[in-house]
Amino acid sequence: MSNARFAVMVVFGLIIIVLGLSAFTVNEREMAIKLQVGRVVEASYEPGLHWKIPGYQTVRKFPRRILTISDQPERIFTAERRALQVDFFVKWRIVNPVNFYTSTGGITEVANDRLTEIIRNAIVTEFGKRSVEEAISVERAELMQDMLATATDTATGLGVELVDVRVKQVEFPNDVKNAVYREMQEERARVAAELRAEGRESSEALRSGADRDRTIILADAYRDGQILRGEGDAQAASIYANAYNRDAEFYQFYRSINAYKKSVGHDGDILVLDPNNEFFRYLNQSSGEQQ
Amino acid sequence: MAWNDNGNGKDPWGGGDKPNDLDKIVQGWQRKLSGIVGGGRGSAGTGSAGTYVIMVLLAVAWLGTGLYRVDASERGIEQRFGGYTQTTMPGLHWHFPYPVEVVDIVNVEAVENFPFQTEMLTGDRQYVFIQMVVQYRRTDPYNYSFKVVDPESTLQDVTESGLREVVGTSTLIRLVTEQRDQIAPRTQEIVQNTLDSYEAGITVTSISIERLDYPGAVQEAVDDAQQAENDAGRYILEADTYEKDIIPRARGSAAKVRLDAEAYRDRVIRDAEGDASRFEALLDEYQKAPQVTRDRLYIEAIEEVYGRSNKVIIDSESNGNMIYLPLDQLMRRDNRNTAGAVSNRSVDTQTSGGIANQDRSAIDPRQRQRDRRDPQ
Repeated sequence: MSNARFAVMVVFGLIIIVLGLSAFTVNEREMAIKLQVGRVVEASYEPGLHWKIPGYQTVRKFPRRILTISDQPERIFTAERRALQVDFFVKWRIVNPVNFYTSTGGITEVANDRLTEIIRNAIVTEFGKRSVEEAISVERAELMQDMLATATDTATGLGVELVDVRVKQVEFPNDVKNAVYREMQEERARVAAELRAEGRESSEALRSGADRDRTIILADAYRDGQILRGEGDAQAASIYANAYNRDAEFYQFYRSINAYKKSVGHDGDILVLDPNNEFFRYLNQSSGEQQ
Repeated sequence: MAWNDNGNGKDPWGGGDKPNDLDKIVQGWQRKLSGIVGGGRGSAGTGSAGTYVIMVLLAVAWLGTGLYRVDASERGIEQRFGGYTQTTMPGLHWHFPYPVEVVDIVNVEAVENFPFQTEMLTGDRQYVFIQMVVQYRRTDPYNYSFKVVDPESTLQDVTESGLREVVGTSTLIRLVTEQRDQIAPRTQEIVQNTLDSYEAGITVTSISIERLDYPGAVQEAVDDAQQAENDAGRYILEADTYEKDIIPRARGSAAKVRLDAEAYRDRVIRDAEGDASRFEALLDEYQKAPQVTRDRLYIEAIEEVYGRSNKVIIDSESNGNMIYLPLDQLMRRDNRNTAGAVSNRSVDTQTSGGIANQDRSAIDPRQRQRDRRDPQ
C-alpha cells in the first residue's frame, strides 16, 4: 500500500468524520435553534439536513407538535363556597423557540409547570366566580376566552401558544357525591310515590264513577218500575170503579159475602150461633115463621 | 438556510429524480462506488477483489432495506432527514435507506374504536351514566403524523370533554328522554371541530351510545319508579275491570226491575178486568131476579162458612139457666189458631142445657180453594 493511497484514505476518513459532526437533521416533529457560544444565531429551520460548525456551534431541538398538559384534578370552590373537582387538560405548542429556550432553558417540563400553574390559578379564579350550576354547564368558548385573557402574557413570554383549555370533568368530592346519589334516590322515590298515588287516584275515581253509574241505573229502574206499577194500579182502580158503580149496594153485598167466605170458618174457628137467626129460620119449623 | 432547500429537486442524494427501476438504482450506485473505490483498484490492481465483492453486497443489502409495501388501506409518509417529502399510495415503493430516508405507514381506512364510559354531572346537579363507543379513522396521514403528540389519547380527552359539555348543559331527565338521540351527534360535532382545530388528522366516523342511564347507585330507586309506573297502570286497569264487571250487571238488574214492574202492571190490570167482568156478568143476572139471587148468594155463602166451622148453637131465649162454655179449652184442644172469629151473635151466659157441639170436621183444602174461585 502506497503512502499516497494511505493519505487519500486518511483524508477521506477525516472528511467523513467532520461531515458527520457538522451535519444535523431536524425532523418534521421538531424545531431547532443554533447557538454560537450561547447566543442564538439561527432559529427558523425547515425540517431536513442542516450544518453547523462542530464544537463552536450547538443545536437545541424542541417539539413542534401540540403538547398536552393533563394534570391532577384541581379542587376549587364555587361562588357559594361549594367544593368541586375540576379535571382539565391544556393543549399548547411552542411557537417561538428562542423565547422558549431563554425562558425555560429548553426544558419542556419547566414550561409545563409554569403553564399548569397559570391555568390552575385561572381555573380557580374563573370557577370561583360561578355557581355550581354554572360551573357544571360551563361551555368551552367562554372558558377559553377567560383562560386566554389570563394566560396570554405568560404564554408569550414562554414562547408558547395556548391552543386549547378544556374541562374534562366537573365532579363533586366523594361525600357530596354520595349526598347527590341520596338526593337522586329520594327524587326517584318521590316520583314513584306520586305515580302510585296518581294511579290509585284514577283507580278510585273510576271505581266511584262505576258505583255511581250502577246506583243511578238501579234507581232509574226502580223509578220506572214504580211508575209502571202505579199505572197498573190506577188503571185497575178505574176498571173496578166503573164496574162496581153500576150497583154500589149489590157490590157491597157481593163483596161482603165473599169476604165472609174467605175470612170466617177457617182453621177450626168456633162459631157460637143463635138458632133464631135468619139462616136457621127453617131449622125449628117448616113454616119458617120466626118465634 | 442550508443548501437543502426542500422540494427544489437539487438534492445531491438524488431524491428528486429517483429512478423507478430498481436495477438502474443499483447500477447507479455501483457506478458511484466504483468511481470512489475504483481509483485504488486502478493503482493497486491486486488482492482486494474479495473486499470489493463484500462491499458491493453490503451496499446492495443496505439499499434493499429501502423497499417497502403500502397496503390498499394505508399510506406511506416518506421523510428525508426528518423532512416530509411525499405521501405514497398503495403499492411497492423504495426509499433511500436509513438514515437518509424513513417511512411511516399510516392506516387511513381502518375504522378504529375505543369504548368510553363515565358518570357525569348534569346541569341540574345529578349524575348520568353513559357508555359509548367512538369510532374513528386516520383520514389525514400527514397531520396524524406531525401535528399532535399522541392523537389517540387526545381523541379520548376531547371525547370526554365534548361529552361533558353536552351533558353539563342539559338536565338528567331531558338527557334520558327527549335528548337521548341528540347526545351522540352533538358530542361528535364538538369532538370533530376540536380535533380539526388541532389538525389531529383524525375523523370521528360515529359515536354510538351503548347505554344511557341513571348511575348504578340509584338504579334500585329508578327501577322502583319504573315499577310504580306499571303499578299505576295496573290500578287503573283493575278499576276498569271493576267497572266492566258491575255496570252490565247493574243494567241486568235494572232490566229485571222494569220487566217485573211491567208484569205487575199488566197483571193488576188484567185482574181488574177479570174481576170487573165477573161482577158485571153477575150483576146482569141479579138485576133480572134480585131477591132470589140475593137469597141464593147469601145462603150459599153462609152455608159454606158454617159448613167448615165448629159450631155452638145456643138458644139465647129458651131459659135463663147459665151454661158454661170452656171456650179456651175448646180452642186449645183444637191446637189451632185462636184468632178465628166467634159468631157475631152474643153468647147468652144465662142459657143452660144448650148443646155444645164440637164438630171439628176437617175442611178439604181443595174445597176451600174452589170456594175462593167459585163465583157463587
